[in-house]
Amino acid sequence: MLRLSRNPGADTALKLTVVACAMFAFVFVVMVPLYNVMCDVLGINGKTSGTAYTAVPAAVDTSREITVQFIATNNDGMPWVFRPEVRQVKVHPGEATDTVFYAANPTTAMMVAQAIPSVTPSRAAGFFHKTECFCFDQQPLDGKASAQMPLQFVVDQDLPEDIRTITLSYTLFDVTAMTGNRVAVR
Amino acid sequence: MGAHHHGPARGITRWLFTTNHKDIGTMYLWFSFAMFILGGAFAMIIRAELFQPGMQLVEPGFFNQMTTLHGLVMVFGAIMPSFVGLANWLIPMMIGAPDMALPRMNNWSFWILPPGFLMLASTLFMEGGAPAFGWTFYAPLSTTYAAPSVTFFIFAIHVLGMSSIMGSINIIATVMNMRAPGMSYMKLPLFVWTWLITAFLLVAVMPVLAGAVTMMLMDIHFGTSFFSAAGGGDPVLFQHIFWFFGHPEVYIIILPAFGVVSQIIPAFSRKPLFGYASMVYATASIAFLSFIVWAHHMYTVGMPVAGELYFMYATMLIAVPTGVKVFNWISTMWRGALSFETPMLFSIGFLVLFTIGGFTGLMLSIAPADFQYHDTYFVVAHFHYVMVAGAVFSMTAAVYFWLPKWTGRMYNETMGKVHFWISFVGFNITFFPQHFVGLAGMPRRVPDYALQFADFNMMSSIGAFVYGASQILFLYNVIATIVAGEKVSDEKVWDGAEGLEWTVPTPAPYHTFEVPPKVGAAPAHG
Repeated sequence: MLRLSRNPGADTALKLTVVACAMFAFVFVVMVPLYNVMCDVLGINGKTSGTAYTAVPAAVDTSREITVQFIATNNDGMPWVFRPEVRQVKVHPGEATDTVFYAANPTTAMMVAQAIPSVTPSRAAGFFHKTECFCFDQQPLDGKASAQMPLQFVVDQDLPEDIRTITLSYTLFDVTAMTGNRVAVR
Repeated sequence: MGAHHHGPARGITRWLFTTNHKDIGTMYLWFSFAMFILGGAFAMIIRAELFQPGMQLVEPGFFNQMTTLHGLVMVFGAIMPSFVGLANWLIPMMIGAPDMALPRMNNWSFWILPPGFLMLASTLFMEGGAPAFGWTFYAPLSTTYAAPSVTFFIFAIHVLGMSSIMGSINIIATVMNMRAPGMSYMKLPLFVWTWLITAFLLVAVMPVLAGAVTMMLMDIHFGTSFFSAAGGGDPVLFQHIFWFFGHPEVYIIILPAFGVVSQIIPAFSRKPLFGYASMVYATASIAFLSFIVWAHHMYTVGMPVAGELYFMYATMLIAVPTGVKVFNWISTMWRGALSFETPMLFSIGFLVLFTIGGFTGLMLSIAPADFQYHDTYFVVAHFHYVMVAGAVFSMTAAVYFWLPKWTGRMYNETMGKVHFWISFVGFNITFFPQHFVGLAGMPRRVPDYALQFADFNMMSSIGAFVYGASQILFLYNVIATIVAGEKVSDEKVWDGAEGLEWTVPTPAPYHTFEVPPKVGAAPAHG
């Protein structure tokens, strides 16, 4: 048995101190990544992949038609105008579809925004692939400027049969303060 | 070998520099009582505001500060340190050790507590006020929307956490290394067993709490986004981390209470504890299960159905070992030669009321039903039945039970019984109606309520004032005992009490068991 000290009391105490430090580290190096992995794998919170999906060429399944709805929300204190140009589209699984969101910065200052997606029902999150999305990057907009922000997605052919409608929701956050000078220079 | 006897040092330095487990235990107990009064004062403000519907006395923001500080002070300042104090006093005397294994660390773990609470209480006088986000401090309330004083709150939690971890390490080191010859693990008094398991829980989860507040600190000041969706984090992650700490925490509070009543009920039943081994295994099972049920506090966050079902069944499983304990206590009393001195009254009060709290806990564990109960006064009633009637009643019982051994003086039995009955009635008038208003939909942590809840809330407030006032009687009784109580000199103050702490002289001398006692074949737990 490993002994850290000749005094048995101090030996137990040192071992327990190691346990306590390990539990502190456990929160950062295990719980946080594990939570994110669980959310990705199980689609909890409707989290979709944060990176572009490389489309696999596959037959378009014209026998099914899926309604994809778009929702745009501003987080507290976010002054931008933010909305989908089209509220909903009907797509076939396997078919690449383009759509556009409109964003305008009504203030006079340059701002940076980050859109966070969420898919409902959450079971569909793993079957909703974005090949191109404005949410992959932070979006800077000069004061009084507006932009058309593109989104291209594919609904997977393996989408469970009972899902006929997928709702994609974006919440727009003001991250100007977090990005600081880095974006201003760019 | 001639034992070298010397008394305590004189003056304030006795308390500042002491490494004596009895001195440190006494300081813990007095400190926790002061915190109990402070947290109680906050509760009185809450109940005064809720006496009538509408806004009466305080601003809503201040009301939120009161609910937050009441919870934090009671959990971290009153209940936890009181049981650490009890452990300091009793564990060395129960296992036949001269002191704790690491006396200097023991001193340090007490003396960092008062500054920690000073830091927490000082936030009341800061700009923006004290923390107002509830004792569970969910992000983003405690990060994005918190008053600047949250940083002081974070450091206070760090300090209290360190104190708890050091205290627990000391208890484990003491129990594992300092038992008298012949004192095997399965002869340990149940109070020592429950504390040993509690200490392991503390070492495992207090660092998790420290991690949670550290992440808050980084989110607030260093631009990370652990709990901010804008930066790729998730506020729900906070709840998972908090309750991964928080659920074991509630057992940290209640397990030593189980230990206390497991000492007191056999003493006044004049029978050995029924099912000693099953008590030990039940305690260990509860401790293990506490790590795998945390998300039953967050059924409404939008978990997958499979998750809800898992956490529901796992939570219900806890009723099994808890039921084992309750039936063992009842079986201990069965056909015993019962007498009803104050410690026994509080223990039986614990048994009855804790069981009610356990049942409401079972109701809350049912995921589909919990959607209605969530964040209502039903939850408030539930956890006060287990925290107050559970932990505080058993702590009160412990003080009455061991006070004659500590001081060599007997408390006033009549006053003790009056204290019990006022507490018991006041407690139930306070919290029983809260079940009803909760089921009818009154949300917790809100300073105003709909008119139909007015009568029950007035009852609740009156009960709270009665229960609060009865603690003054308790304080008076304890001080009167110490100053002028009737002297007792029997080693065994209670004729039915068993265990090594009843073999040392009364009052317990400054140093005990400098020569380890011999523990025979008969189990020390009686």
